Amino acid sequence: MERTILHCDMNNFYASVECFLNPKLKPYPVAVCGSAEERHGIVLAKNYKAKAFGVSTGEAIWQAKQKCKDLVVVPPHYEEYMKFSKAAREIYEDYTDQVEAFGMDECWLDVTGSTMVMGSGEKIANEIRERIKFELGLTISAGVSFNKVFSKLGSDMKKPDAVTCIPKEHFKEMIWKLPASEMLGVGRATEKKLSSFGIRTIGDIANWPVDFFTRKLGKCGTDLWRFANGLDQSKVACVDAEVPVKSVGHGITTLQDLEDSAEVWKVMLALCQEIGHKLYTYNKKATGIAIDIRDNTLYTKQWQRGIPVSTQSPSLIAREAFDLFQARYEWKNPIRSLTVRAINLVSTDFADQLNIFCDAEQMDRQERLDHVIEDIRRRFGKSIICNACLLNNPKMPPDCETKVIMPTGVPT
Amino acid sequence: MNEPEYRKVYVDVTVLMRKDGTLLPKSFRWEDGEKYPIDRVLHITPAASLKVGGRGTRYTVKINGMERYMFREEDRWFVEAPIIR
Ligand SMILES: [Mg+2]
Repeated sequence: MERTILHCDMNNFYASVECFLNPKLKPYPVAVCGSAEERHGIVLAKNYKAKAFGVSTGEAIWQAKQKCKDLVVVPPHYEEYMKFSKAAREIYEDYTDQVEAFGMDECWLDVTGSTMVMGSGEKIANEIRERIKFELGLTISAGVSFNKVFSKLGSDMKKPDAVTCIPKEHFKEMIWKLPASEMLGVGRATEKKLSSFGIRTIGDIANWPVDFFTRKLGKCGTDLWRFANGLDQSKVACVDAEVPVKSVGHGITTLQDLEDSAEVWKVMLALCQEIGHKLYTYNKKATGIAIDIRDNTLYTKQWQRGIPVSTQSPSLIAREAFDLFQARYEWKNPIRSLTVRAINLVSTDFADQLNIFCDAEQMDRQERLDHVIEDIRRRFGKSIICNACLLNNPKMPPDCETKVIMPTGVPT
Repeated sequence: MNEPEYRKVYVDVTVLMRKDGTLLPKSFRWEDGEKYPIDRVLHITPAASLKVGGRGTRYTVKINGMERYMFREEDRWFVEAPIIR
């Protein structure tokens, strides 16, 4: 039976969410950048006004500003993006339970089983497009086809706020003329290789003998040839969206230098509250820890190591960070600033190999406690509950909650 | 012509929670402390507010004979308030 597959892509996702949440941004060219610091930050997303100036994803902020001097640069808010991503998924799930996320802003939907009741793929796609606009205030572009590769191609053909259908009868005239690089699976390196053989379009791939691709590119080559000929059979898997961060950190410069380990512990524990909260909302666990210490001579040292069991618990992360600190820091000078980072993040769905020496029951209790605290903070505000030793710490700057480091480990 | 600008204003709302679990706003208190009774709820739908940048469940309500939107955003309520210059 022929399948009906939708690919829904939220247009300029991060930038659109930023402009939605702050409508004052809308008249301006806007770029969401990994770090506001010009030397390090890169463009993660931009709106159409910025695109018109040639601002492109992946370039440095200073490069983007050369093209567009009035560019408004905003830091990413992954928590917000995650909320919109989830809300979109809930809409998709009104039409099918087969939803596969591809990044935070794209999903495939297999609606084959729904077409009898809800109408054609095109009709469903348009309904979803209208609902996302109305309920989330964002636009999507959608592709409708009989396999995943072509529906993704379709969602790229017309945007924003549009639906493109690629039916079996017409796919050759619709997509064979497109550059090979547009097709899923053709990355920069493959594109280069293909063009060295004079293969430039998807049609070229389709019409060369399959053996050629198998010989030159192995199994991936065979796949490319199959994709180009509309023979992609891959299923829409059940996959949730993930936040694309590898580390979450939090650091401060203290009001007065820290003189002993007890003071360091308090600061670390405070920093880890925010880290734990981020990990919790991103559905991530840390499998490693890193600390950056700068002393009052402004000499900086960084250490990192793995932790025995992955965790998102603020107190466990703080303890690991403190252990690492105790093991390494020699107290030649008082400390001026301190950063803790949870690194090598993995999804919480990822099951742990429990270490024989750790107390699983104790960890489970700690985790439940953390979740209760998280819930209380969600309902009554972040400062409603904290460890007693963190009350009235004269060395902690009052606004330390705002200075979060993500995702590259550079302060935003 | 300039489009009117709007502010997102969170308000205290008195709500009736009905036995089927649905919520009906009965009145809300404006920033200046004045309480506005809600005459009727005309329509309830999930929706976004493009004017002030928020989304949730939108209640179309009648207040003093005028139709207005109220939004329930997670655990809070907001209204779109025109900025008068
Ligand atoms: Mg997108």
